[in-house]
Amino acid sequence: MAIFLTKESKVIVQGMTGSEGQKHTRRMLASGTNIVGGVNPRKAGTTVDFDGSEIPVFGSVKEAIEATGADVTVIFVPEKFTKSAVIEAIDAEIPLAVVITEGIAVHDSANFWAYAGKKGNKTRIIGPNCPGLITPGQSNAGIIPADITKPGRIGLVSKSGTLTYQMMYELRDIGFSSCVGIGGDPIIGTTHIDALAAFEADPDTDLIVMIGEIGGDAEERAADFIKANVTKPVVGYVAGFTAPEGKTMGHAGAIVSGSSGTAQAKKEALEAAGVEVGKTPSETARLARAALAG
Amino acid sequence: MEKGRTRVDLFEYQARDLFAKHGVPVLAGEVIDTPEAARGVAERLGGRAVVKAQVKVGGRGKAGGVKLASDPADAVEKATQILGMDIKGHTVQKVMLAQTADIKEEYYVSFLLDRTNRTFLAMASVEGGVEIEAVAEQNPEALAKIPVDAIEGVTQEKAAEIVAAAKFPAEIADQVVAVLQKLWTVFIKEDALLVEVNPLVKTEDGKVIALDGKVSLDENAAFRQPEHEALEDKAAANPLEAAAKAKGLNYVKLDGEVGIIGNGAGLVMSTLDVVAYAGETHGNVKPANFLDIGGGASAEVMANGLEIILGDPDVKSVFVNVFGGITACDAVANGIVQALELLKSKGEDVSKPLVVRLDGNNAELGRKILTDANHPLVQQVDTMDGAAERAAELAAK
Repeated sequence: MAIFLTKESKVIVQGMTGSEGQKHTRRMLASGTNIVGGVNPRKAGTTVDFDGSEIPVFGSVKEAIEATGADVTVIFVPEKFTKSAVIEAIDAEIPLAVVITEGIAVHDSANFWAYAGKKGNKTRIIGPNCPGLITPGQSNAGIIPADITKPGRIGLVSKSGTLTYQMMYELRDIGFSSCVGIGGDPIIGTTHIDALAAFEADPDTDLIVMIGEIGGDAEERAADFIKANVTKPVVGYVAGFTAPEGKTMGHAGAIVSGSSGTAQAKKEALEAAGVEVGKTPSETARLARAALAG
Repeated sequence: MEKGRTRVDLFEYQARDLFAKHGVPVLAGEVIDTPEAARGVAERLGGRAVVKAQVKVGGRGKAGGVKLASDPADAVEKATQILGMDIKGHTVQKVMLAQTADIKEEYYVSFLLDRTNRTFLAMASVEGGVEIEAVAEQNPEALAKIPVDAIEGVTQEKAAEIVAAAKFPAEIADQVVAVLQKLWTVFIKEDALLVEVNPLVKTEDGKVIALDGKVSLDENAAFRQPEHEALEDKAAANPLEAAAKAKGLNYVKLDGEVGIIGNGAGLVMSTLDVVAYAGETHGNVKPANFLDIGGGASAEVMANGLEIILGDPDVKSVFVNVFGGITACDAVANGIVQALELLKSKGEDVSKPLVVRLDGNNAELGRKILTDANHPLVQQVDTMDGAAERAAELAAK
């Protein structure tokens, strides 16, 4: 099972012919991902050789889906072109779009998110500015290293890329059902709550680890969701207790969310929902081990 | 310290300029940085002028940073008083002289990002001129919040909806509708994260004018906003931060003693926390900075990062915390060794101890490189918690 991504997933790469796209397509193929094509209108009809695998390049996401039955796209295009790449994926109604690109202007992500809503949210968006997701032993859509850990029964959802890797490493002997890096941008597609709901429903997940960061109120809302809807044990970690408030948007931002966005507020909200929260990544891993054992 | 994202908060006079550029009604005004320059500006404004401190902090009025000048000589006098003033830790470097207005009523309007609902939001109130947090807290029904669709934007209908929700007086409704649409143009065309007018005023003769404003811009939109770079307040940046930015590093100066280098914003924030916890038992030492060298840490990036951190006189020890995902730890290790040589060859003072923790991709190879290099300042610790402990201990000595 796992969530969002399985060995059945047929993956295409928007931006496969660029340097980042090529590098990570090679890595994804090496970790067993079923990559069925790339998209680049200027190179449609050609193929790219990845250590013996000839991957065809299509002119559009729609053409790639028609030719291959692709149901996942991983987007590596530069930030200037990301909005149109995501909109193309939404128009093609591909079920899952994983947006790796970082540094996207927030007006662009607000725009493609609004567009996805108008089109009926047929495309699940993960990211932007995220490492993607991996279902160990089955498929890898993004840039998460596949060799850190193995298949297992922990579900992981995280705002941060390297903390995702760190947590996978801390619990590598137990293994993971799926690990989802949702990204820490102000506007993201898939949220902690979406991943928590999917892990709750996934028969192959016994325990959920969620990693949050300062800013916004996603963790507070996730805490409310856990209280009401999650029966599986959840262990949490929040980064940024000692981060000073940098340049803020003025207090108008806090009025909107109704939350201070501090790590302390997030920790308290999670604990009030019965989530054990570690002080450090390694303590969080110990809590996860104890929860699985107990 | 939001990860991977920087915003540029503008001074009032810069916000005023952007408002004027997009047709939002504002009062005439000019910014100056010497008292004597106030004379000419006041003359151009007709003699009387309001002298306003330009600081990026609220409450300047209460602090004495806004004064009315009755004539050009008085403007010089008032500018003299305000320039150099300290307002909540911000030294006043510039003042804006603006035309005076006979204010009858004060309102509030803003557009901003609503993270929770992943859209934009309009906020408006007829109780402006005070801190809007106070209105939100004490009289929440007086602050209208209307979602704005990112694609549809603020049409005339949407602007009328905002005006009705905030209960603006009927006689100025059309003017406020027009102002809202123009402010929305500022928000969209300038890739703003916040556009706020407080107060938006009605004058005695019934005109609606944006009297004071706040604008924050999205630096991620730099590729289509070439003019925004000039709006950054480079003079105010900490010198280490400015040097780091010039080298393309994501660095924030903090007030502790343990220099931090890591890869990935989340891991670096976590590193700051772990070091601060360790410091609780080691003389209360704290992290001296945030520095995310990102993926693909080359020797050059490592050298740049180390140069900034070793150049910080507050730093007593350095903690390099890397989890190799895409980044290979052998490259990081080579980077550290080469960086130390490079800095030494440039005559830099390289005398602070480095604690290094490498895990992940090619970690064993990386550790071996450091072991073989046997640099007297470099020590390796296997775990993040243990390394933080060691770095804190060294900084406390």
